[in-house]
This record gives sequence, structure tokens and C-alpha cells, in this order.
Amino acid sequence: MRSAAIEAINVSKNYGVTQALKSANFKAESGQVTALFGENGAGKSTLMKILAGIERPTSGEIKVFGEKVEIYSPIDAQSLGITIIHQELSLCPNLSVRDNIFMGRENSKLGFMNYTHEEEVTRRVLAQLEEVIDPETRVENLRLGLQQIVEIARALTINSKVLIMDEPTSALSSTEVAVLFKVILELKEKGVAIIYISHHLEEALEISDHAIVLRDGQVVAEADVADIDLEWVVSNMLGRTFKERAHKNSGRTKGRNILEIKNARILERGIATSKLYAVEDFSLTVKAGEIVSIYGLMGAGRTELMEALAGRDDFAHGELLLDGIDVKHLSVQNRIKAGMGLVPEDRQRDGLIQQMSVGSNLSLASYMSHIKRGLVNRSTEKTKIEEAIKNVRVKTSGRDMPIESLSGGNQQKVVLGRMLLTDPKILLLDEPTRGIDVGAKGEIFDLLRERAEQGLAILFVTSEISEAMNWSDRIVVMSRGHVVGIYKPSDVTREEIMSIAESTKEEGARV
Amino acid sequence: MKLNPLNRGERTGTSSKLNRRAFIIEIRALVALAIIVIFFSFLSDKFLQYSNLVLMTRHVAMNAILAIGMLLVILNGGIDLSVGSIVGLSGVVAGYLMQGAPVPFTDQVAYPNIWAVLVISLIVGMFFGWLNGLLVAKLNIAPFIATLGMLYVARGFAKLITNGETFTKLSGKPELGNAGFLSTFAARPLGIPLPIWVMIVFAIVFSVILNRTAFGRWLYASGGNQRAAALTGVPITKVNVRIYVLSGFCAASVGVLFTADLQAAIPNMGEFSELNAIAAVVIGGTALSGGRGTIRGTLIGAFVIGFLVDGLVLIGVSVFWQETIKGAVIIIAVAVEEIQRILERRQKLKSAS
Repeated sequence: MRSAAIEAINVSKNYGVTQALKSANFKAESGQVTALFGENGAGKSTLMKILAGIERPTSGEIKVFGEKVEIYSPIDAQSLGITIIHQELSLCPNLSVRDNIFMGRENSKLGFMNYTHEEEVTRRVLAQLEEVIDPETRVENLRLGLQQIVEIARALTINSKVLIMDEPTSALSSTEVAVLFKVILELKEKGVAIIYISHHLEEALEISDHAIVLRDGQVVAEADVADIDLEWVVSNMLGRTFKERAHKNSGRTKGRNILEIKNARILERGIATSKLYAVEDFSLTVKAGEIVSIYGLMGAGRTELMEALAGRDDFAHGELLLDGIDVKHLSVQNRIKAGMGLVPEDRQRDGLIQQMSVGSNLSLASYMSHIKRGLVNRSTEKTKIEEAIKNVRVKTSGRDMPIESLSGGNQQKVVLGRMLLTDPKILLLDEPTRGIDVGAKGEIFDLLRERAEQGLAILFVTSEISEAMNWSDRIVVMSRGHVVGIYKPSDVTREEIMSIAESTKEEGARV
Repeated sequence: MKLNPLNRGERTGTSSKLNRRAFIIEIRALVALAIIVIFFSFLSDKFLQYSNLVLMTRHVAMNAILAIGMLLVILNGGIDLSVGSIVGLSGVVAGYLMQGAPVPFTDQVAYPNIWAVLVISLIVGMFFGWLNGLLVAKLNIAPFIATLGMLYVARGFAKLITNGETFTKLSGKPELGNAGFLSTFAARPLGIPLPIWVMIVFAIVFSVILNRTAFGRWLYASGGNQRAAALTGVPITKVNVRIYVLSGFCAASVGVLFTADLQAAIPNMGEFSELNAIAAVVIGGTALSGGRGTIRGTLIGAFVIGFLVDGLVLIGVSVFWQETIKGAVIIIAVAVEEIQRILERRQKLKSAS
């Protein structure tokens, strides 16, 4: 039997105490599309980063066409014929499309650039993707979807033997997805091994030949796509036969209106798009003791909404009432004081102070409450920190430990505990379980539910339908800045939500 | 707290890696200081004499006061290049007021008493610091650029006020009610020069501010991760303005002390002293990226620089070599930390594979 194009054997990867991969075995054949499935934090991206030379495995080996290789850097990976299309765009916005496509592989003679050749190749590959973009256009002037196309175009100009696509379609319209699939088929015929990762499970099943499912860092299932269906994928991803868990809604009475958003309009922050508003005409009321989730795809405006609610961005239009009081013009600090705080999506970038200890990170938002006559009362601070560590179940050997020593899930609990210490009336959470393991996920939602039973209102953003279905009283579905539906989990199926979330994509797609 | 630097890789009990790391850096600066002291005391009998130690510490004190202000700015990831000019400007303002300031629209001359002189000079320094803060925090101008501009602006004003001359009539007159400038601000309580006392008081007060007040915690948070601090409710703009005001305050204090010390207000006073202040902060283990650093480390840094330079003078090393050696020590002090980091990483990789 001929050997696989790329193969990972017993590959493990530890980040501190977290095991992202536990002796995973994976292979992809030439001329096939291998779909890799798994929930957030299952280890998909880690595995791909190892294959692309961005991360080094803690143990295990990698074989390319049957030969054992050591991949130390992305350059090593490229010379072995492995190319990756990143989930997060890796483009330089200040450079042109052409310069981005040839970044690091500049075509030059005696140090002088050969622009004509580069432009010719750029035009050819863009034509293949059926897009009309001038190679000289700066990337920052393209909308997100087209930026993703440029990212794909770059990978296509490299004659790779293994092409990894990590969420290549998250910002694409369905026409663009169809074109991409055509290109993938062409590549397949040329014998390229393609590894395909997507949150859109059906889409992934449609294009792939072989499916591999990761859960908790381990490969749990593997099959030819011809032999399986969506249910097989989902049940293997979740680790149980897929059946909507009965919605636990008992013991929670909903109280008065805590958060009232009326006709909110929020300006688009980036200049990468011609869209004026990130969120338009958004109205929602959240009651005390209620858990509401917001589901939508990338670019739906969820994060922009949450940050505007927290006070980092302004409402261009609309009303915002917190417990009946207008808070639209309050600063972040004063909104926290008034009882509304945000647990941000990216905890490394927006949540943690890396130089500080676990305890200092926990007490940061409520620090003012320990100040008496200008000086901090260290003993009350300490008591509150210890209480929080216990209440949100942070696993740490002490409050003085550096925050970096904690696993992702425990770091998330610290960011969550920090906001809970401010005694909020409503807690805003943006992707509260991003990149943390399944156990910690459950713990975090159990905690939230506990708090909701005590009357806390909760509004969280998620891109995992199962979270929205299992943990919220109402699901708000957003698409392209608009609310496209509000449902009770008992009245709707996952498939319905998924199709609604994608519904206005087509008409919303603008250059 | 248990500290065991030998077992760096493992975490034991409640001992904190954070504190340990800062501790190691400070220890290193202390070792450097000890080497300097031992080295020069062998080469010169005078080095460890009480009078020489007091003299050197007075030099250290001036730089240390500036460095304390600089530390606040660097903790927030900024830099303040204007402090040297603010030293000159505040000193000149003090000298100008002591000479007698003409009251506008009259032909009278005002002679404010020395405490008013002190307060006005400090306010001038804080005002220029406040301008720095506005430029950086409100207009988002890079601190390097904003304070570089202010370096020239403040120095220019100092020269405009004196017209390039030096004010030397600073003693005042009892009948004008402004006597005692020199005897007060160049005093030696208990035989120790005033700048040393000021350094001690500032060190204590700013330690309390950094460790025990909300502003202190905000500063470390905002310097560590500004985005996260903002979303957590830290008023980052207010913090950012305030640090430059405090840095201006420290610089103005040095300006007044310097003027009294020299018995003259010279517009070029304090030139390049911002660089010595930055060096002291950095040698003291403060990260230029912000979020990490202590007053204690900064003081040690100031002593390393001050004792090194004065020691070289004492043993008669040429001025040119003095500068070269000072520069090398700054680089080595920081390089050692980075080299240690690389070695640690290598060891980690080795133990991982």
C-alpha cells in the first residue's frame, strides 16, 4: 500500500498542564479531502499547527510520504510541500494583494523585483477563484470575505502536496464557497492531499472523502464519508449519542427587566469593509434570572454588540437601559459599577494581565471596594479573592501564582470570577468557552446557571449551537448585523438555527 | 515566602514565580552594586569614606528622584524624554521668581516667598507633564514623539526666560520677605543633604502609591495589558495622564533642588538626565514593555549608575572612558536577563524532548 501524504503518529502536545493532544494518530491521502471534525478545544488547530511547523509536538512523530521528518518552522513545512490557510487571516493589510500573495517568496532577479511575473500569477489565480480584484489593491480595502480569498489564493500559488484549510469559508458567501469547492476538486485531481476543517459540518461532509473526529485531544472516530452522516459526526464530536438534552428550566423564575436594548446601531470599527454598521436595529430585553444566548457566524456583529454594551464602543443610535436606568453614556468603569460587565472573547488579549498573579487578576475589577481612605485593605481583598477561587472553582496552588500557570479553562474562570466579584446584575460573556476543554465548559455553564437561579441575568455569545440549545432560555440568531430570529430552544432544531444564521448571507455580501 | 532560585523549573507550595523572577533581577542589580563598591574601594581609599559616600549619594538622589517618576511612566509602557528639560525649566522658573518677577500691566515687581516659589516651580513642571499626558493619552501620540517634542519646548522656554543667561541672585532679602531659598533647599538636616531626604521620602510615598492605592494597581494593570485593563473598568486615560504629571512633578522637584545646590539657575541644567533616569529604571529590572518593575529596583539601579560614574571619576579614568563604560554596563545589565531567558528556554526544550 502506498504511504499517506502526511501522517501524524502518536502526537501529543502539552501547554503547561493542559493536554491539547493525547497521542493522536492522523493521516491524509493524496488526491483526497480529509475532513477533521471536533468541537472548539478538541485539538484540531493544535494538530494542524504542528503539521504546518508553527508548533512543535511534545512527543510523537510526523511522516511525509512515509519518511519521518522534523518540522521546526513554517519554512521547513513549506519546503516539504505543506501549506496552511489560517483560520485567522495572516495578511499584511498595508500591502497590495500581489505583495501579500508573494510575501516571503518574492520573485526577484539580482535583488530587483519582477513585478510583471508576480502580477501575471496573481491575476491567473484570482481568475481561477472567479474574483475580479486588481492585484495592486491594498488588502485593507477589501472586505473580509475577499481577504479570505486572497489568503486562499496565496496558498494556491504554492505548488503544495499537502494543503491544510482551517475554516476557509467562515467569511465567504455561498457563491464563493461553491467556487472554492470547484477549485478543491481540481486540486484533488492533481493529487494534492487536502485537510479541511470547518464548523459548517454539512459543508465539510459535502466536499470531503474521509472524516476524522477529534475529541479532547484524541482521535475518537474515523470513516469514509460515503458510510456516514451528519448524526455520526455530531455524536462522535460530543461523545454521546446525539439527543437534545432536556432543557432544564426548572427552579428559575424570571424577574424584572434588567437589560433593555432598543434599536441599537453600532458603527463598523474596521476600515476593511464598506459596511457602515456592524449592528443594525438590534432590540432585546433580558430579565433577571434569564439566560439568553446570541448565535451567529463570524462577522455577524456579535462581538461588536457585546463591546458596545460593555462601553468600549458607542451606540451610534438606540437606547440602552440597565435596570431601568439609562447607561448609554457611562464609561466601562461606571457600567461595571452599575452592574454590567463583559467577559471578553479573547482572554489573552482582552482579559488577563499576564504579569499579575491569579489573585490580582481576580480582584482587579472590584479593587475600588477594598479602598479605604485612599489605601487598600489587603485583608478584605485577600478574603474576597479566596472566596472567589472557591466559588468559581479555580484550580491553583495559591492566589500568588502567576496567571500563566493556569490552564485555559481555569484562566477563563478567573476572568469570569473577576466580573462576578463586582456583584453584577447582568453578566455579558463573549464566547465563554473558547479554547477550553469539555470538562471546564460544563463547569462554567453550571456556574452561570447557579448564578441565574440567584437572579443574575446572563447574555452570552456562542458559535456552538449545542451551547445555545442546552444552556439558554432564548436564542437570538444574528446574521450580518441583524437579528434574524429569537427562539426558545424547545421550539427549534439545530439545523433550523444553522440555516437561519446563514440565510441573509447572500444578500448581505457586498464588495 | 519561600524562595528557591535553584529549583527554578518547579513550582513549590505557595512560592510565587512572579515575585521570584523580580527578586532575581533585583538581586542581580544588587550584586552589580556590590561589585562596583568592592572594586572601587580597592582602587581608592577615599571611595568608602563617609564624606565621599554622602557626596555620591547626593548625586544618586537627584537621578533617583527623576527615575522614580520615569518608573511610573515606563510601568505603563511609555517613556518620558522631557524630564531633563523640565528640570531646567522649573529651576529657571524658581530662579526667575527669586530675582523678582515684574507684575504685568504695572511697574511693580513681585517677590514671592520661597514656599510660593517652590509651589509655582512644581506646578510648572506638572503642567508640562500634564501636556505630555494629554498628547499621549488623548491624542494617542507615541510617548517617544510627544515627550521628545516637549524636551525641546521646555528647554526652549527655559532659555527664553533667562535669555540664555544664568540667574545667580537667589539668596533673597529679609525685607522683601523672600529670604532663605538656599538655606532651605540646600539644607543638610542631620548632616545629610536635602536631596537624599527627598529621595527617601519619595521612595516611601511612591512605594505606598504603587502597592497600596487603586492608582498603583491600575498602573500595573494598564501597563500589563491595556485592552484588558480597559474592559475591566480601569480608567486607562486618567492613569496615563496622571503618570506624566507625576513624572513632571519629580522633575520639577529636582529642578528646585538642583538650583539651590548650584546656587544658580542655569537653563541647560539637567540636560541628558532623562537618559540616566531611564538607565536606572532599566537596570533596576523594569520591563520597557510595561507592567513590571519596582521602586526598590529603580533605587538600586540609580545607585549602580551613580556609584559607577563617581567611582570612575575618583580613580581618574578619562571622561571618554567613563561614558563608554557606563554604556557597556547598561547593555550588560539588560543582556544578562535576556541571555538567562534564552538559556531557560533551551533547558525547557531539552527537558521536553
